Amino acid sequence: MTTQTVLSVEGLSKSFRAVKAVRDVSFTIPKGKTFGLVGESGSGKSTTARLVLRLVEPTSGAISFRGRNLAGLSARDLRAERRHMQMIFQDPFGSLNPRMSVRDTLVEPQLVHGIGTPAEQLKTAERLLAEVSMPRTALDRYPHEFSGGQRQRIAIARALATNPEMIVADEPVSALDVSVQAQVLNLMRDLQDRHGTTMLFISHDLRVVQFMCDEIGVMYLGEIVEQGPRDRIYGAPAHPYTQALLASAPGKGSGQRARLKGEIPSAHAVPSGCAFRTRCPHAFARCTTEKPVMRDMGGGQKAACHLLDGTPAA
Amino acid sequence: MSAHLTPLPADHLSPVPQAPTVLDVDNLSLSLRNADGLLPIVTDVSFSIRQGEAVALVGESGCGKSITASAIMGIAPENAVIGGTITLNGKVISSLSPRDRRRLCGRHMGFIFQEPMTALHPTLSIGRQMTDTLRHNLGLSHAEATNRAAELLDRVGIPRARDILKGYVHELSGGMRQRVMIALAISCGPSLIIADEPTTALDVTIQAQVLDLLEDMRREFNLAMLFITHDLEVVGDFCEKAVVMYAGDVVERGLSADVVNAPTHPYARGLIDAVPAHDDGRTRLTPILGTVPPVGQWPEGCRFAPRCTRADAQCQTRPALERHGQTDARCWHPLEGIQ
Repeated sequence: MTTQTVLSVEGLSKSFRAVKAVRDVSFTIPKGKTFGLVGESGSGKSTTARLVLRLVEPTSGAISFRGRNLAGLSARDLRAERRHMQMIFQDPFGSLNPRMSVRDTLVEPQLVHGIGTPAEQLKTAERLLAEVSMPRTALDRYPHEFSGGQRQRIAIARALATNPEMIVADEPVSALDVSVQAQVLNLMRDLQDRHGTTMLFISHDLRVVQFMCDEIGVMYLGEIVEQGPRDRIYGAPAHPYTQALLASAPGKGSGQRARLKGEIPSAHAVPSGCAFRTRCPHAFARCTTEKPVMRDMGGGQKAACHLLDGTPAA
Repeated sequence: MSAHLTPLPADHLSPVPQAPTVLDVDNLSLSLRNADGLLPIVTDVSFSIRQGEAVALVGESGCGKSITASAIMGIAPENAVIGGTITLNGKVISSLSPRDRRRLCGRHMGFIFQEPMTALHPTLSIGRQMTDTLRHNLGLSHAEATNRAAELLDRVGIPRARDILKGYVHELSGGMRQRVMIALAISCGPSLIIADEPTTALDVTIQAQVLDLLEDMRREFNLAMLFITHDLEVVGDFCEKAVVMYAGDVVERGLSADVVNAPTHPYARGLIDAVPAHDDGRTRLTPILGTVPPVGQWPEGCRFAPRCTRADAQCQTRPALERHGQTDARCWHPLEGIQ
C-alpha cells in the first residue's frame, strides 16, 4: 500500500534581511492527511504556510507539490497550480471582500481558473453553500451580514470552489468563540473526509491541533524541533520545548503548570547551538556550542535535542 | 465524586467562609439608552467575592461579562443606566458621586486589561505612569514613589527595574507589559483586582507565567479577584468560584470545580463539550448549535432555549437562578451534574 505524497518540503528557509524567520524546515504530507504546525507567536509557522503557497519567496529549499517543484515554476504556471492549493485565514472579517456578495465570492475563484460555464459556476456556488450548511439565501448577501462563524464557513466554501488538492488553514478558528469553533472544526473534518483534501493546519492551540491533525511539527524560532504522529507528540513528547508547551496549557491544574523561564528570543539574534537553550530547564554546556540534529525516535517521531543522544545532563 | 446530600446555603459556597466579603454585586442590571429607548445589556447579576478569593466571570463574546466589570469599575459608557447595588468593603459604591467613587476605587481596586498596549499610555514613561498613580492615591513624594515603583517592578519579575522605569510600553514584550499592568494594579494596596482576559493575548508559556504571578500576588496580598475569561480550563485552574453568563444573564454559579466538572446548566455543559479536550480521542466535537442572540434580540423566557436540546414549552417562561445539585442554575430542566 503506497500513499501518494501531496506536499513535500525540504530544507525550506526564509530570511528577511538579518531575520531568519524560517530555518531548514522539512516535512511531507500524504494525500488526505492533515499536518499541523504548532508553536508560539514568532515561531515561523505562518511564514512556513506562506512559503508553501509561494506567497512569500523562499530563500532556499525545495517545495514539491503533486510531484512538481513549485520553486521552479514561472508566475504563469504557479497561478495555474494555485487552483489546487487554497488557503483559509484566521480573520474572517479581513479575508472576505466586503464589497463582494457571497455569490461573487464563490464564483470568482472559478472564474479566475476558468472552471465551468457561468451557469455551472453558480450551481457550484450553491452546492458549496449547502456543503458548509449555509442557506441558499446567503448568496445575495454581503460579509457584514454574517457572524464570525458564518463568515468562516463562507471562507471555507470559497477555498473549496476550485476543488483543491490541498488546503492551508492558518489559525482558522482562533477568532471564533468556543461553541462556534466546534462547529467549524467539525465542518472541516467532514469536508476533508468527503473530498479527501490534504491539509496543512496551523494553530497555537494545542487542543485544536490534537483534534485536527494526523502528524504534527512543533516549531520554535523558525525551526521544527520535534515532529511525529499525533499520539506520539501528545503521549510521549521527546523535546523539552514540546513537553513545556503541553504542560503550560490550561486545564492541568495550577500546581502542574510548567514554569518555562523567559520569552522566545528575537529572530534577529538566534542563540548559538540549540535555539531553545536560553529557556530550556535542562540546558548544559554542549547546547551552547553545538546545534542538535534531528534524531529518529522510532515510530515516525523525530526530535532535535542533545539529551536524546544519551549524553547525561549535568 | 464528593456528594453533599443537603444543599448548603449559598453563603457557604465560599471555601473561605470566615474571610470578609470584599465585593458584593446584588441584582446588577445595565441598559444602554439610545434613540429607541433602553436596550438591556445585562440583567440580574448577583455574586460576591471574599478576601483572598478568585471568582471567574465566564462566557463567550457578547454575553455581557466585560460590561458587567465596567459597571463595577465605574467606567460604564455614559449612556448606561445601571440598576442594583455594588458594595465594596461594606460601603455601597454604586450610589456614590463619580468623584467620590474614583477616589475610593483608585485606591481599593486594581485593573488588569487584556491588551496592555492600549491600557497603558504610549507616550508617558512607565515610571511616570506608576509614580503618578502612587503620588495621587497615596500622597507619596516623587522620590518615594520612584522607589516604590522600582520595588513593584522587581516584585513582578521585571529585571533591571530602574532602567525599565525610564522606558516606554512599546519597548516591552506582551508578557512584560502585562507584568507592568499587574505592578500598577497592586501599586496602591487594593483589596480587589479586576482582571479582564489578562492572558488571552499571550502565548501559552507566557500565559502560564502571568497566571502564576497573579496567583502569587493574590496569596501574598490576600486579594479578592474578579477574573473575566472565555476559557473554562483557566477557570478550573485558577478560581475558587465561577459565574457563567449567557446573553446578559447569569446562567450558572457555584464552586468552579463543580461548574467545570459537573455543570447543571445545558449552556455550561455545552461550553465544556465544545472544546477538544486533551487525550479524549474524539473524532467529532459537540458544538452548541446556532449563535449567541445579539443584544436586543433576546428570546422571551429562557434566553438559551432556541439553542438548547432540552428546551420545551416551559422554557417560554423565564427561569429563576436556583440551586440544583451543587450549583445554582437558571434552568427549568437542569442536568444532573453528569461527570
